[in-house]
Amino acid sequence: MREFGYERADDVSGAVALLAADPDARFLGGGTNLVDLMKTGVERPARLVDVRELPLDGIEPTADGGLRIGATVTNSDLAAHPAVRRSYPALTQAVLAGASGQLRNMATVGGNLLQRTRCGYFTDVSKPCNKRVPGSGCPAITGEHHNHAILGASGHCVAVHPSDMGVALAAFDAVVTYETADGPGESPLTDFYLPVGDTPDRETALPPGALITGITLPPAPVAARSRYRKVRERASYAFAIGSAAAALDVEDGVVRDARLAFGAVASRPWRARAAEEVLIGRPADGETFAAAADAELGAARPLPDNGYKVTLMRNLVVAVLTELAEEAAR
Amino acid sequence: MTTATTGPTTVKGAVGTAHTRVEGRDKVTGAARYAGEIPFADLAHGWLVLSTVARGRIRSIDTDPVLGMPGVLAVLHHGNAPRVDTDYVGMLGIPPDPTAAVFQNDRVPHAGWPVALVVAGTPEQAREAAEALVVTYDTEPHDITLSADHPDAYPADGHMPAETEKGDLAAGLAASAVVVDEEYTTPEEHHSMMEPHAATALWDGGRLEVVDSNQGTTWIQGELVKMFSLDESSVRVRSEHVGGGFGSKGLRAHQVSAVMAATVLHRPVRVVMTRRQMFSLAGYRSPTTQRVRLGAGADGRLRALEHRSLNQTSTVYEFVEPGAGVARVMYDADAHRTANHVVRLDVPSPTFMRAPGEAPGSFAIESAFDELAERCGVDPIDLRLRNEPEAGPVSGLPFSGRNLAACFNEGARRFGWADRDPRPGVRRDGRWLLGTGTAAASFQAGAGPSTALVTAEADGTFTVRIAAADIGTGARTALTLVAADALDVTPEQVRVRIGDSDFGPAMIAGGSMGTRSWAWAITEAARELRERLALGTSIPPEGITVRSDTTAALGALAQKERHSFGAQFAEVAVDTATGEVRVRRMLGIFAAGRIVNPLTARNQLVGGMVWGISMALHEEAVRDRASGGLYGPDLAGYHVATHADVPDVEADWVDDPDPDDPVGIKGVGEIGIVGAAAAVANAVWHATGVRHRSLPIRPDRVLSATVPAVGGGTDA
Repeated sequence: MREFGYERADDVSGAVALLAADPDARFLGGGTNLVDLMKTGVERPARLVDVRELPLDGIEPTADGGLRIGATVTNSDLAAHPAVRRSYPALTQAVLAGASGQLRNMATVGGNLLQRTRCGYFTDVSKPCNKRVPGSGCPAITGEHHNHAILGASGHCVAVHPSDMGVALAAFDAVVTYETADGPGESPLTDFYLPVGDTPDRETALPPGALITGITLPPAPVAARSRYRKVRERASYAFAIGSAAAALDVEDGVVRDARLAFGAVASRPWRARAAEEVLIGRPADGETFAAAADAELGAARPLPDNGYKVTLMRNLVVAVLTELAEEAAR
Repeated sequence: MTTATTGPTTVKGAVGTAHTRVEGRDKVTGAARYAGEIPFADLAHGWLVLSTVARGRIRSIDTDPVLGMPGVLAVLHHGNAPRVDTDYVGMLGIPPDPTAAVFQNDRVPHAGWPVALVVAGTPEQAREAAEALVVTYDTEPHDITLSADHPDAYPADGHMPAETEKGDLAAGLAASAVVVDEEYTTPEEHHSMMEPHAATALWDGGRLEVVDSNQGTTWIQGELVKMFSLDESSVRVRSEHVGGGFGSKGLRAHQVSAVMAATVLHRPVRVVMTRRQMFSLAGYRSPTTQRVRLGAGADGRLRALEHRSLNQTSTVYEFVEPGAGVARVMYDADAHRTANHVVRLDVPSPTFMRAPGEAPGSFAIESAFDELAERCGVDPIDLRLRNEPEAGPVSGLPFSGRNLAACFNEGARRFGWADRDPRPGVRRDGRWLLGTGTAAASFQAGAGPSTALVTAEADGTFTVRIAAADIGTGARTALTLVAADALDVTPEQVRVRIGDSDFGPAMIAGGSMGTRSWAWAITEAARELRERLALGTSIPPEGITVRSDTTAALGALAQKERHSFGAQFAEVAVDTATGEVRVRRMLGIFAAGRIVNPLTARNQLVGGMVWGISMALHEEAVRDRASGGLYGPDLAGYHVATHADVPDVEADWVDDPDPDDPVGIKGVGEIGIVGAAAAVANAVWHATGVRHRSLPIRPDRVLSATVPAVGGGTDA
């Protein structure tokens, strides 16, 4: 592997300055993805700027009743936080559904958002990949793609975003905040990830050299009745083949509010707004839930070997919403 | 995991009592050094460069820029590497896989073929330079796709005859009231042991020393002697601790390239495989396509049996994964035909992997038996017991012991089989459909010639020296117990030293034969030593040493069908809405000879069963058709069962000492995986009514299967 420099940043502005001075540098959080990619040659930074010790490790309530989560909060601490468990249980469940205890102790919220796809063509430098080497091609489309995207993909890339945490955040309208040399900025998570189009190498709206400082979760009473279900090819320690974060507020048998987001189906955590529109104001029953799933999945464009994901997501949406509705009825 | 009782064999002495690993403390404290971490002065590090094309020729290797990189000492390739000899037959009676004889010509027969070794002062320098090395190829079209009707398939023997046949199969099938005729497939599977392959080679006083991680030091020594045309006495191979082998740790590119580099550079050179390199350099279990035809009377008694198995091998080496061999031991019929075929593709050479032949073969035939039971309306255990053969179905030889029925009876009792409702798809626990399944298991019991040195020390203790290998099996501990009994002392008075070719020829840790082979040699030497000591000789300071050799004793053994047997049981839960399959519990009851150390034997059997779960539900290496290489070849992409996948796995045994073995041993290394995947697949059918004849039973396959009406049946 390439020799690289290592520096630890003392404060946010110093970290941003270090990266601005060196376009070949990368921020290092827990390193649970970046270091692997450096070993395989996918990432070859000349310098790592360690931001893990920055004072961004707090989880604080916001004035309007939401939550402010620092970028260096570990996945373990995020999942265990009482306010998260109480107000956004699907977020805790999503984080705990990912990786292993050891990895969650290292991995940070900011790094989790920026982790790269696990597409086997992206992670293998001997093979073409438009995301890694723009213009080299996407072998997944005609090759191995049984865990690739069914929504929002393009003819240039069909990789999926691997995060579980991001799916719950997408459902709860999280806003990503960041710092640049020119000052702070922010972006709703659902806009943070760019459409694939013909630039799959450009993944986020983060300006060059920007440091994610945290995530803001707006207040969402519906999120208190939420859950995350992840389907994977073994019981633990695997990325999803399909997942859903859902929240449901039911009154007198009618859906008053709903949130729904999908994982492992697109290049980004997939907020299912079409499904939400179908749900709200309709009876909280299986027919509604199936109609909601169909409304979202109507846009699915599966490849020859991943059509099962349409069935999987439809079944998963109905199952998770049914569980939430039954809980609400108790 | 739950523990269970041992069999009723009367325990006298150390053999049969539970003993923790004698090197356990060293292992858990890190004091035990593995091959890749033993320090050497002036050590250089080699990094293998693998081809990125699946077929063709090396046009050029641009070494100059790399030789100028920091720390780089040499780049070995087909243009400058020492020549080696591959025209020989090794200790196991087979020629070497040319994959190990690196850098001999410009041909590239598969993706991931070693094309160069970059040697540098540190592993990081070597790796960076290896990744910078530009190799250009003249590529040729490749064929990497195994299919049942591949036109180039041919019958191949491997370690058993390719084909056997008796009776009139067509007539037998035609006369059968019930016929099963199905195709089963298993995917490419990899050993994935914890410790990667690692070797350090150095010349010391005219003698080649190789510190390695392997399954047999005299095996590897013999291969290196022949390949490099050296004197036997001038090569020493050591391998003290081994973090798993499963058939993969024989002669491979890492030892050979390390020897080449140490020879060229006149300094110690270490070569370690990365996890990704292991996926193309370390062998694997070939995918198989198998066809099973069973014809039976309405009572389930077989009239006709055919089992055909096809596997892939490389274009440079013929390896047979003999899936059809199982039926030659397990089931008889008047019309009986078995055939193992191979097809040469542009893929790496497969090799032995835990229960070669039996693991995939038992999935096919034990699934087919479940289908026959279903169609006959006969209980799956009764069906197997009705078809117990009197003698070897093909050989006609008597069995040295066949306690399969005892395994099924004990297993059925403990698993609660008698209460089983045979109807599929009718048990539910919330979102999960529940089912149970069973399958039979067998694996050959054998021994290979071995020598042992046993020394009575002047201080009253004993030292055993044998070129055995403890690849995580607990062999060192088992041999300590065997030696203690043979010498009539306590285990604490015995020191067993293994993993050194200077101790003399010995069987490898493989074929479930290691412990039996070594124990035999130790027992013989110990007996002779005790006879000498009984004469009252005083022990000199260097001790009294006796050497044994079991070659003659093994050659005198009568021809018999010698096997371990077992009965596997599984309970699974299936969510047909998501395709998730979870094993809830497994029980395996085995007749596997006398159990030397219940602790480590259970560990072996449970480990095999866990691998069977992994084989049934998870493991699958996916080959990318365009490049011919693997897709996601690492432990993130290649799924093995996690702890959460194996909640309750229990192994136990019935009394089954081998009458012809001095200790009564048969071997426990492989039988645990045999039949395990079939038991899981049969349980999935019982849960859902859907047959899965292709492994692994992935969620997408469960989802894509037609969901039958309750009580009905269908195919995936």
